[in-house]
Order: sequence, then structure tokens, then C-alpha cells
Amino acid sequence: MGRVCTAKRNVIIVRLCGDLDHHVTEQIRNEIDETVANEKINNIAFDFKNVNFMDSSGIGLIMGRYKKIKPMGGEIFVCNLNCQMQRIFGLFGLNGITKRNSKIDMIVNEEER
Amino acid sequence: MDRIKIEFDAVSRNESFARVCVAAFATRLDPTLDEINDIKTAVSEAVTNAVIHGYNEQGGIIELTAAIEEDELTIVISDKGRGIDDIEKAMEPMFTTGSDKERSGMGFTFMEVFMDELSVESQPGQGTTVTMKKRIGKTEE
Repeated sequence: MGRVCTAKRNVIIVRLCGDLDHHVTEQIRNEIDETVANEKINNIAFDFKNVNFMDSSGIGLIMGRYKKIKPMGGEIFVCNLNCQMQRIFGLFGLNGITKRNSKIDMIVNEEER
Repeated sequence: MDRIKIEFDAVSRNESFARVCVAAFATRLDPTLDEINDIKTAVSEAVTNAVIHGYNEQGGIIELTAAIEEDELTIVISDKGRGIDDIEKAMEPMFTTGSDKERSGMGFTFMEVFMDELSVESQPGQGTTVTMKKRIGKTEE
């Protein structure tokens, strides 16, 4: 995975792709934390459009970012979850800490054009 | 009985290798996409545990065997790392020893949720063996 973060309006878009496991999450985590610090933006939108697989490392990544940005007044948004991702989100309680928002979806999806 | 056995280095890039390997083996049971994802996730968790906790990210050898008997897949993942002091505690959801490196502490929970049976044997200083079983096709009954 190359660089995954782009800042747009008041949100940092994190375009995940492929398999979200322990091997890739550390690099992604560092990039997100750097981008949050540099851009001074506390809202993060994870785009799952190109994610095929996620294990508990992905949950750790999202929970960790939540703990970090919540005290600063930020929110975690998620977009484009496929059935498998929705299942994992439901099973492991990620729906309680992440938000889905049509405006954020629009920002995430228009970026790609 | 159908059986495979592989040995690989305990490095993070082999996490995907291990799960893809077991998934390919499991296809002979004609699993659904959900079942394949369950198996891949469980294998990924067990191998990740061996890499991070068993060998403390210092490397070592992980042994993986998978066997098919009738409609049941058995996966055994072993390391010769530092072992687990308190298995019961390690299996509690949200428990994690890696305080500096944000782990979710959900590894064993994932294995329990996605497989039918899970057992963990460990001796401190000797290593850990995780055995998981899953019956394929039972949801269609």
C-alpha cells in the first residue's frame, strides 16, 4: 500500500485497499497520525471500497484512531463497506464508534473522479 | 483424510500467505464465501499472535497443519515462542499485552466467533499451539 491519506475539506480520507491485517496496519496508522498532526484535522473517513479482508488488526487501527481523535472533538466515518465488512463491524461493535454520513460519502466518492 | 503441513518464518508478510494457503486447501469442501472469509480471518489471527506475541516480532518458525475429514476442517498453528502465562486471561476479549502498539485484544475472540471449536495449549517458554475446527456446509442443513 502506498500513501493512503488525503485531506479534503474538514476530513482526512483514508483509502484502504487489499487486505487489512497486522502487516499493513502499522504503516497506515503512522501515516494517519502524521496527517492528523500536520493538517490539524480531527475527522477521519475510512474508505473501504477496495478492502477484501480485515482481521482484528483493522479493528485495532480504527479503535486506536477513535481513542485519539475523540478527545479532540473528531469523528470516525466509514464509507463503502461491503457485506463482509458490515458483518465484522456488527459483530465487533464498530458501529457504535463509527459514523456513516451521506455528505462524507459524497466527498469520499467524488475525490476519485 | 486429506492433510497439508507448512512451515514458514514468523514475519508479518506471511500472515496473508498462511490464510490464503489454508483457504485454497479448504476449497475442496466447497465452502461458501462467508465460510472462506471466516477461515481466513481465524488463521490470520492465530498466525499474527505467533508473530507478535509468540516470537515478540523477533522471528522464528511457525508450523501450520490443516486437515479435512468428512465435512470438518481442522487447523493447527504452532510456535516455539515464549508461550502464554495465563491462557484464560489471554482469551478474554479486549485483553492485550501490547500496550504501546494498539492491538484490539480481539484475536482469540475472532477465532472463537469464526470457528466452531477453539483450543489453546501453551507452556511458558516452550510455545503455543492453537487448534481450530470448523464444519463446512452446516448452515445449509
